[in-house]
Amino acid sequence: MKQHVMRTAAALALAVALMPSGAGRAQEAGSSEAEIQRYRDMISDPMSNPGFLAVDRGEVLWSTKRGTKDASLETCDLGEGPGKLEGAFARLPRYFADADKVMDLEVRLLWCMDKIQGLDTKEVVARRFSRPGVASDLEDLTAYVANKSSGMKYEAQLKHPREKEMFEAGEAMFFRRSGVMDFSCATCHGETGLRIRTTNLPDFAKPGKTAQESMGSWPTYRVSQTALRTMQNRLWDCFRQQRLPSVDYGSDIVTALSLYLVARADGGEILVPSIKR
Amino acid sequence: MKTRLIPAAAVAAAAVVSIAAGAVADDKAKTHPEPAALAAMMKSSWSKVQPDEWKTRLETDEVQALCNLYRNAPPPDVAAKIQAAAAAGVVYPADGKVVGDWKKGLALANNGRGGQFSDGPDTVNGGNCYACHQMDPKEVSFGTLGPSLTGYGKAKGYAAAAARDAYAKIYNSHTTLACSNMPRFGPSKFLSEAQIKDAVAALFDPESPVNK
Repeated sequence: MKQHVMRTAAALALAVALMPSGAGRAQEAGSSEAEIQRYRDMISDPMSNPGFLAVDRGEVLWSTKRGTKDASLETCDLGEGPGKLEGAFARLPRYFADADKVMDLEVRLLWCMDKIQGLDTKEVVARRFSRPGVASDLEDLTAYVANKSSGMKYEAQLKHPREKEMFEAGEAMFFRRSGVMDFSCATCHGETGLRIRTTNLPDFAKPGKTAQESMGSWPTYRVSQTALRTMQNRLWDCFRQQRLPSVDYGSDIVTALSLYLVARADGGEILVPSIKR
Repeated sequence: MKTRLIPAAAVAAAAVVSIAAGAVADDKAKTHPEPAALAAMMKSSWSKVQPDEWKTRLETDEVQALCNLYRNAPPPDVAAKIQAAAAAGVVYPADGKVVGDWKKGLALANNGRGGQFSDGPDTVNGGNCYACHQMDPKEVSFGTLGPSLTGYGKAKGYAAAAARDAYAKIYNSHTTLACSNMPRFGPSKFLSEAQIKDAVAALFDPESPVNK
């Protein structure tokens, strides 16, 4: 897989290098755009998406009895009622009265692991991002649960006062510049049709198509990381690129930003797990 | 890193007061004060951050606080103040020479390392110019967040005054556009004086591929 992509990238570079240097700039920009699209098409073939292996592992984890309470997650309430998975991801993050907290899927899974299974969540969080030889229960379960909303549309939950408060904090964080480079999320995601290097940037400053397409593709299998990644990982990495310190897994700021982003993507179709560079 | 740090809320409040007092006429600039819940949420979300330098990155200095308050669209009087303060803070090379080595400048433009918690202590900071700008027309992997700089020096006739302006802009882009998206490479010391000169050279040396 990785080798295939590397060859593709090399071919892309070669194709670009071979372009006549005398060609007009507009024409050059046009053909490199086409080459980039061809590259993107090649990595989104659903039949070769290893993200579905995570879905399968998540399905097993969901029904396996574990922890001090020797229980499975099958009674976990993700907002739609105990054990009901269809559409749950489409309406997360949301407020949970039992925890008196707005939670995203991953925070809620941790809560269920703790309360229902009596699992050591510290150990689970230590493996929050998978790496070669170390699987992540959270990535696998997220892939499994999110996949149960594949084909459905995001319905951002903003009615409860706590959800509203979370959205407002997320929105403020999205536009908040700080740090050594003065970046905010909006620095890169505040307008439509722009890109960093060759990466198209979804616009999250307002509701729209690019926000829907982007959010509707998470969780995703990242070819460059050979792993399924979730929004918790994406936002942690965004903060890294923003030159901010490492944000805590499952923290309120990440939930707040996720809710803000889901609201921007409201009504957008979920097709997950997707596959990306 | 920062020259002066004032809590964002205080700056925001002060800004609102000064606008209310100064520009009563018909100032329609919309403000976005931080919601009350945000500070506590941020504190709990970065619970393990230790070194002061990293903690500082979550704070906002005066310019950041103002740009956040107005979502990068400050009213004219605030914008003028930001630009004037930025211009007054530019430290030019002592010998007046603002054009360095274009080869080093292009390498700097292609280097996106530095400033991330994943970077090692010996990491040399890059300018990462290509993330946002087109420069050498042969480089296909360029971003479009900022304007294209292809042919920049040539278009300016390689004028010394224009090179000096470019030095100021790279040092602190708020000199010409208040709340510009571009990092303030000089005041943050993210780039050294020599690095900024090299970046200017990439734009202003006739031999630089940017001008070919």
